[in-house]
Amino acid sequence: MNPILPLFVVTPLLGAFLIMIIGRFVKEFNKYFTSLILLFLACISFYFLFNTGENIFVYKVGGWQPIDKIPIGIYIVMDGFTAIVVCIINLIGFLSAFYSISYMKRYTAENYFYALFCIMIAGMNGVVISGDLFNIFVFLEISVISAYALVAFGVEKNELEASFKYQVLGGIASFLILFGIGFIYWKTKTLNIADIQVAFSSGYDKTYFLFTQVLILSGFGLKAAIIPFHAWLPDAHSSAPSPISAMLSGVLIKAVGIYVIIRLFFNMFVVTEGMSVLITTLGTLSMVIGVFLAIGQWDIKRLLAYHSISQMGYVVLSVGIGMILVARGDKPEVATLAIAGGLFHLVNHAAFKGLLFLNAGAIEYTIGTRNLQEMGGLSKYMPATSATSFVASMSISGIPPFNGFFSKLIIIIACILAKFYLLAALAVIVSIITLASFLKFQRYAFYNKSNINQNIK
Amino acid sequence: MIAYIMCFILFLVGLYGVITRRNLVKIAVSLSIMEISTFLFFALIGYIDGGVAPIVDPADPIKTYVDPLPQALVLTAIVIGLATTAMLMAIIIRLYRKYGTFDIREIKNLRG
Repeated sequence: MNPILPLFVVTPLLGAFLIMIIGRFVKEFNKYFTSLILLFLACISFYFLFNTGENIFVYKVGGWQPIDKIPIGIYIVMDGFTAIVVCIINLIGFLSAFYSISYMKRYTAENYFYALFCIMIAGMNGVVISGDLFNIFVFLEISVISAYALVAFGVEKNELEASFKYQVLGGIASFLILFGIGFIYWKTKTLNIADIQVAFSSGYDKTYFLFTQVLILSGFGLKAAIIPFHAWLPDAHSSAPSPISAMLSGVLIKAVGIYVIIRLFFNMFVVTEGMSVLITTLGTLSMVIGVFLAIGQWDIKRLLAYHSISQMGYVVLSVGIGMILVARGDKPEVATLAIAGGLFHLVNHAAFKGLLFLNAGAIEYTIGTRNLQEMGGLSKYMPATSATSFVASMSISGIPPFNGFFSKLIIIIACILAKFYLLAALAVIVSIITLASFLKFQRYAFYNKSNINQNIK
Repeated sequence: MIAYIMCFILFLVGLYGVITRRNLVKIAVSLSIMEISTFLFFALIGYIDGGVAPIVDPADPIKTYVDPLPQALVLTAIVIGLATTAMLMAIIIRLYRKYGTFDIREIKNLRG
């Protein structure tokens, strides 16, 4: 029993409540209180990051002890993988909240913004630390409902349309997930992930198992915007206010999509080769098609959103390769390398994609447009933004001294060691096309001849 | 078994509606139909023929009770469903104010 664990959900919920009440009377309370909460959560998540290596922390809500080794009640679990994702959520959340202090000045109703932001953080933390299947669903809905509202926060034509599209596709995904949970409960009569794993590993009906896996994969795949389910992502991510784009792209698709897929397919289902090949194929498709869709974009945030799909493809691809090797039972060290590479890329992507979206927000804040063709010569006026965006662009395209290079290198080495030469070649080619696309971004936004002198605020 | 099949057909009816209808409100209604079919499925899982409400009666230990857990889950899911539907309807009203139509073919600012 570790009493700090529920704080990850309780503190932001309390924060949302207090912001709505006290924020009415005390001006500027909302901004600083949100940042303070997230700073606190980031600190305790770092504490867990350095303390959960071997040991797993479990908190039983309400103190319900297991009866005859059958768990009853809600479990909150913190292991190494959870600690990494919780750390990303709260750190990027803190930076976005800090950034929105000045960015959100041009919007009205700031209290609602910060309250929804806190609820979204609470939902994502809940998804990640929850130890049973139904609570994953409940917290997922909490976080995505506030994300729907935040995407529509500008209440103009584009924002509303994007939010509607997101809600319809997200609704279908939720029902597929709920159906999957129902099927799992039907056969195993339990909802605890560890307990379900015990029930599954003692034998199962093959058709039923495949059907459940496909339901769960398509549901969470829709939330994670893997390629056949990606239609909502570019609209939603480009229409939201920039700190929210950074949260959606940097954290939300990982916490409620990729994290849950990895967690459920490794820790709950028995890893089968057919399913692993399917996941690897989806990852490869996302990686390749995402980058080709990105290269023709002229809207900065849309370009970045398509690159999110592509970079998430890298993560899914390398985790899928790890799963194939685990299912075959050979080369366990290469499987470890592939999975570690995928998780490393997940962390790196949160860092550089968050930075890129915040930079895009800074550009939009200064010159009032997102179209690359209407910019140029910004490096003179915004040296800091230009420098950070150069670092993030080089990092996402995998140029050596930056972090993106090392994770991509690990993924490519793992592909070669596992004898998937085609996938390794594709990963390299996609990385080169990403570089081309970001050189275009750099050139048009920062180094071209300036034609926006009169627009600078 | 027939009840489960009907429930799955209801899900497909909702999905068909979401895909083919052009009116925003009808899409929202179709989503509600999908939602209800999922709740129905949960209620069916917990149902046991001849079972009674799960309030333990010490006088009669061999009584059959229905499974209470899916009922609790459905209650939670209904509350969540209410929130999603309310959110969707709020967005639809805003869309109608901006575009002056419910037709989804005329709401296509975002392309590519």
